[in-house]
Amino acid sequence: MFLSKDPLNIIIGGVGGQGNVLASQILGEMLLSQGYVITIGETYGASQRGGAVMSHVRVSTKDQFSPLIPEGRCDLLVSLEPVEGLRILDTYGNPGVMTLLNTRPIHPIDVISGSATYPEISKVISKIKELSKRVWTLNATEIALEMGDPIFSNIVMLGALCAIAVLPIHRQGFESIIRGLLPSRLLKENLKAFDKGGEVVQEIWGT
Amino acid sequence: MSSIAENAPGKTVLLMGNEAIARGALEAGVKVCAAYPGNPSSEIIGTLAKVAGEMGLHVEWSVNEKVALEVAAAASFAGLRGLCAMKQNGLNVASDFLLNLNLTGTGGGLVLVVADDPSGVSSSNEEDSRIFAKLGDLPLLEPATFQEAKEMTKTAFEMSEQLGLPVLIRSVTRVSHARGNISLDELPKGGPQPRFDPSRPRISLPAVANHKILHEKLSRAKQRFEDSPFNFYRGPENPELMIITSGSGWMYSLESVINLNLQDRVGILKMGTTWPLPENFLLKHFKKTDRILFIEEVDPFLENNVKETYAQNCIALGLKSCFGKASKDVPETGELNPEIVTHSIQKLLSISYEPRPAGYAQRVHEAVSEFVPVRALGFCAGCPHRATYWAVKVALALDGRGGFVLGDIGCYSLGLGPSGFGQMKTLHAMGSGAGLACGFGQLGRFGLEQPVVAVCGDSTFYHAAMPALVNAYYNGANFLLLLLDNSATAMTGFQPHPGTGSTATGETAPVVGLKAVCEVFGARAEVVDPFDVSATVETILRLLQDEKGVKVLILKRECALVSAKKQKSLYKVEVDQGRCLGENCGCNRLCTRVFKCPGLMWDATAEKARIDEAICTGCGVCAEICPASAIQKEVA
Repeated sequence: MFLSKDPLNIIIGGVGGQGNVLASQILGEMLLSQGYVITIGETYGASQRGGAVMSHVRVSTKDQFSPLIPEGRCDLLVSLEPVEGLRILDTYGNPGVMTLLNTRPIHPIDVISGSATYPEISKVISKIKELSKRVWTLNATEIALEMGDPIFSNIVMLGALCAIAVLPIHRQGFESIIRGLLPSRLLKENLKAFDKGGEVVQEIWGT
Repeated sequence: MSSIAENAPGKTVLLMGNEAIARGALEAGVKVCAAYPGNPSSEIIGTLAKVAGEMGLHVEWSVNEKVALEVAAAASFAGLRGLCAMKQNGLNVASDFLLNLNLTGTGGGLVLVVADDPSGVSSSNEEDSRIFAKLGDLPLLEPATFQEAKEMTKTAFEMSEQLGLPVLIRSVTRVSHARGNISLDELPKGGPQPRFDPSRPRISLPAVANHKILHEKLSRAKQRFEDSPFNFYRGPENPELMIITSGSGWMYSLESVINLNLQDRVGILKMGTTWPLPENFLLKHFKKTDRILFIEEVDPFLENNVKETYAQNCIALGLKSCFGKASKDVPETGELNPEIVTHSIQKLLSISYEPRPAGYAQRVHEAVSEFVPVRALGFCAGCPHRATYWAVKVALALDGRGGFVLGDIGCYSLGLGPSGFGQMKTLHAMGSGAGLACGFGQLGRFGLEQPVVAVCGDSTFYHAAMPALVNAYYNGANFLLLLLDNSATAMTGFQPHPGTGSTATGETAPVVGLKAVCEVFGARAEVVDPFDVSATVETILRLLQDEKGVKVLILKRECALVSAKKQKSLYKVEVDQGRCLGENCGCNRLCTRVFKCPGLMWDATAEKARIDEAICTGCGVCAEICPASAIQKEVA
């Protein structure tokens, strides 16, 4: 599969602790193994502590690019949290952006304390649809919770990303990366999360 | 996934900038690596620690940056190659040694990597550490790409050995914490036998003579930089505008020029060796244009030094217009990004650029302002610091004399914000809470009636608060020091420290116990579990009202993120919505509005609290604070 653009700009975003850095690293390795030139900009440190976080993944057949995607240049958004998806589109969105969205919210402190409100999910999704060329949604957190640990949400989302077939990545790539990255006892669960993400997104949105 | 210790010349791997620096050090045959963790530098030594065994290295987390630099310098004095890494604030700590080390000179290659944090994303300031290179007459390299980060590290080792000087590498967040393709080179085998030559003492005196030698070494570095491959020009022979840039500015400049389609009008002079500046190289390129734009993070270091070179040669060069931070064409503070650089170029060349349709931008802005709530930083669910600050808040309120908390650097710095109930009132350097308390603790004689409380993390205590505690006992300061012992350097990635019983490389180490250290220093020390809320409040209150002198309370509870990796949660926590009285309780929604743990949610439909099962870590603290006993915990 060829890249639809060069560089192809992907943002994986969400809330600190959801595993966006690991997801971007695995995705980067999957694309590297296909021979692409990858540049990833990551959010670390204080911003991990419950803040809005994102990783910028830039894929090219020839060059390295700035680790920050320029304004309005995101081609593919993978958001692990609904309002964070909208927040990222504010700076990086454009009419051609494709969005894969985890629909499970994580309430910010201001919402928990009652000084701000969290919008209805259906409204967030319909706004994201208005602002994207194409949208896929799934409740990745629920799938992960059913598996027994919300920590798998990011891997569920990677499985869904693979299944929507907009990137030159495949399951074997994921498996070989994860084999080198995680202890073997975690391999089975991660593969299950990956497959489940793919199945659910295909059930909802077709192949 | 790639290991940085793989001996596979020519192979392309995906490495983070910090890992690329670590790989460069391995390719250069480094033997001793030391650091105190600090973002965005932590992964340099963290990565090397993982391969220390197979590569035969000594890698350590030192107690602070000054000791780390001394450890690496000792290797150099004995003829081995040493690497030291730190964040910008760390260089302040290490600078006392560094500014004498420049005079004594070095033996085996000694490289000091400083990773700066423009915008202070994970720091208390956004200090530009490059000024230390000028201050200390030391060669400075600034990588702009991942590959360059690796290559520069190797060059820095060679140069250090040739000149007998430590060489500085200045990285920034977007180089250190970014990832890209790296081509590997050969890893060397073996290395020299270490020996300290007593006939070659490393003594900074006589200062003037050694200062003179230092200047001679620096002029040799300048010569060497004249033909460095890290400095190059890309663009037309006579550009309308020439950008002079370093570090992260290179990629932003390059991408801006391409996006604006200005390849025929704008050139870029990319500088990788930024102190001392290669004068002849600069003079050659000055002739290309009479309009220059400087792009760099954070201070106008390159800008001012290039202008100095220009001023020295201005008669020969003729008039030039310079744009940058001084002319306010580039923001004087904060991190750069592609937009900022694009905007500066666009403004100077009077061209328009629309990154996306204006209608789209307006629609998305409207949607965000209508729907998207602010997401403030806060303690993680189940963080012991939230429980600690809660107890502090309650105890200070019960005490009623207006006591206040002096803070310093760590995850617990977030105590200044909503999830620490705004309790922390000062924030400066590592250990500064305890140091300030030594001063506040003397003001009673002038009539200060407020109790003085300082907070300090476990790792920070070993780093910088121990001298303050000695000072407090010796000089009779009156305060309560809360040591927040979460058994990790949590902020920077859970590195071990002298209190954890293990080393950087995972070997068992003797434990330097916090309580024992405090008692040796003459302070009375007690230990409490912050998750036992009532006992913690009572103890703090008692110590606040205790006799004069320095008291230490150790709040011992492992970081929730570290615990989560080892065990399942302590409790299964649930809200019995039948018991929760919601807004009618009179508790003012204590659990959510006041305590604000992200593991709790306000169920807007039921108008009651509930647990977010995707976030809750089961610490059970909220069950203790609920006045209606609606939050229930069961041992998991």
